[in-house]
Amino acid sequence: MLSPDALKQIDREVAKYPADQARSAVMGALRIAQTELGWLSTETIEFVANYLGIPPVAAYEVATFYNMYDLKPVGKYKITVCTNLPCALGGGVDCADYLKHKLGIGFGETTPDGKFTLVEGECMGACGDAPVLLVNNHSMCSFMSHEAIDKKLAELK
Amino acid sequence: MAVFTQGVIFEGVDTSDPNCWTLDAYVKRGGYEALKRILQQGISQDDVIAEVKGSSLRGRGGAGFPTGLKWSFMPRNFPGDKYLVCNTDEGEPGTFKDRDILRFNPHSLIEGMIIAGYAMGVKRAYNYIHGEIFEDYVLFERALDEARAAGFLGENILGTSFTFDLFAHHGYGAYICGEETALLESLEGKKGQPRFKPPFPASFGLYGKPTTINNTESFASVPFIIRDGGQKFLEAGKPNNGGTKLFSVSGHVNRPGNYEIPLGTPFSVLLEMAGGMKNGKKLKAVIPGGSSAPVLPGDIMMDCTMDYDSISKAGSMLGSGAVIVMNEDICMVKALERLAYFYHEESCGQCTPCREGTGWLYRVIHRIEHGQGRPDDLDLLTSVGNNMAGRTICALADAAVFPVRSFTKHFRHEFEYHIEHKKCLVEHKWC
Repeated sequence: MLSPDALKQIDREVAKYPADQARSAVMGALRIAQTELGWLSTETIEFVANYLGIPPVAAYEVATFYNMYDLKPVGKYKITVCTNLPCALGGGVDCADYLKHKLGIGFGETTPDGKFTLVEGECMGACGDAPVLLVNNHSMCSFMSHEAIDKKLAELK
Repeated sequence: MAVFTQGVIFEGVDTSDPNCWTLDAYVKRGGYEALKRILQQGISQDDVIAEVKGSSLRGRGGAGFPTGLKWSFMPRNFPGDKYLVCNTDEGEPGTFKDRDILRFNPHSLIEGMIIAGYAMGVKRAYNYIHGEIFEDYVLFERALDEARAAGFLGENILGTSFTFDLFAHHGYGAYICGEETALLESLEGKKGQPRFKPPFPASFGLYGKPTTINNTESFASVPFIIRDGGQKFLEAGKPNNGGTKLFSVSGHVNRPGNYEIPLGTPFSVLLEMAGGMKNGKKLKAVIPGGSSAPVLPGDIMMDCTMDYDSISKAGSMLGSGAVIVMNEDICMVKALERLAYFYHEESCGQCTPCREGTGWLYRVIHRIEHGQGRPDDLDLLTSVGNNMAGRTICALADAAVFPVRSFTKHFRHEFEYHIEHKKCLVEHKWC
């Protein structure tokens, strides 16, 4: 289900923890699986659990608890915008409105071509860079003025 | 974004240099000298802890607990494994200081953790990093590789019998994991739901073993304390409030960013450093210590100095040092609605008063904001809050209640106006 490279990355996670504590690697392993497959299906979660030798439910409860795991398919690019108070004061709400207008979708929706999903996020710990957004969970974009958003969307082919 | 410093962690760090994070750059700034001195001169564990105690360093994560005292709680002769954990799960709205330590000066954290490991007789440590800053997690892992290759991590460090290793653990989006026992659960690969205390982590922590957890900025302050002395660190701040501190300034200022300044600096000076109020607007309110800290009206804030004691005397908390600045265009009902939504979204659901109470707070504030407030809604908010605060396993419920109490106390007329007139008292503009 996962590529040899992804499995190697999971092995590296497992090695960080004491030999009898492979469960600690479940967060990293789920992240690696999601990065490769785009989202986490029940089958993927089960595969990860079996690979680590933990009960599938233990992996499933982690996948459902942390909000960066996607348990449903998302667009090719998932854009998460922070609209928490400090970001709102720095233009976060305006940035979200502009993205909704540009993409023609609301929060929690995906464009009909399957390219973009827009998500409202909570504090990303980068309030001084407001407005901030996150592309596919891992790439943070700072100071997202309208022009910067236009440029970013054009880059996401 | 640069860090504006008059302090100990970022002294000499040129944040515009893309290589300022590297081992080479850190060593050129005097990095790892403190660790070398400890190991080469055989300074005792007790002396290291005494130096940290003498510095009056107080935990930089929000609680302000004396770091040296916390270290002394660790059972040093415990026969089995013990752990050291760094809390870089920085998700308190307004706080973005630890991210800059990871990005620009990660080795100060690594060296601080190695010294802490030495002082407490710990061999294995983890740094739990906030989910949304993946790129900084990757960079931190590169810094760990550098430290390992240079012999600062691993077995027989610098040719001594001291062995210590440090690994990075990446979170994936849960505010609650900033709570130390939730963080430990998460590190064990579970849902991040806080544990009952006692037992405290010093006796029952990670994998049930004695564990000490400190904030990123606390650890990163340690190399200076050992190299230049606890007394010098203390003198950089004021009595009982040792050292310099990073303040994350966000909101309606011209230059949002991190400011590392002596504890005790007047707020007015910090505001000026941050470029003053954006567009020359009037200061209305400040949340001085992250979103969980009670809000203070601008005029009260202008009389405060930035240290634990002064902010506490004014009725709030220094917390994580996140200073959220709001101007006169902000409707305080709308601002509070946004915070209430956050706590509702992030409650872990374990304790009923918090799981249900945060929803009640949000829904009542939401209806006031949207012109459907009822005359007794402010009493209802007080009553719900009283049934939450102090009645749950962790402090998230309290953190959700503090903003509600303080907003409705200091800006009560805006809430009353909203309920009566079904609209904002001010013409609200976010920015």
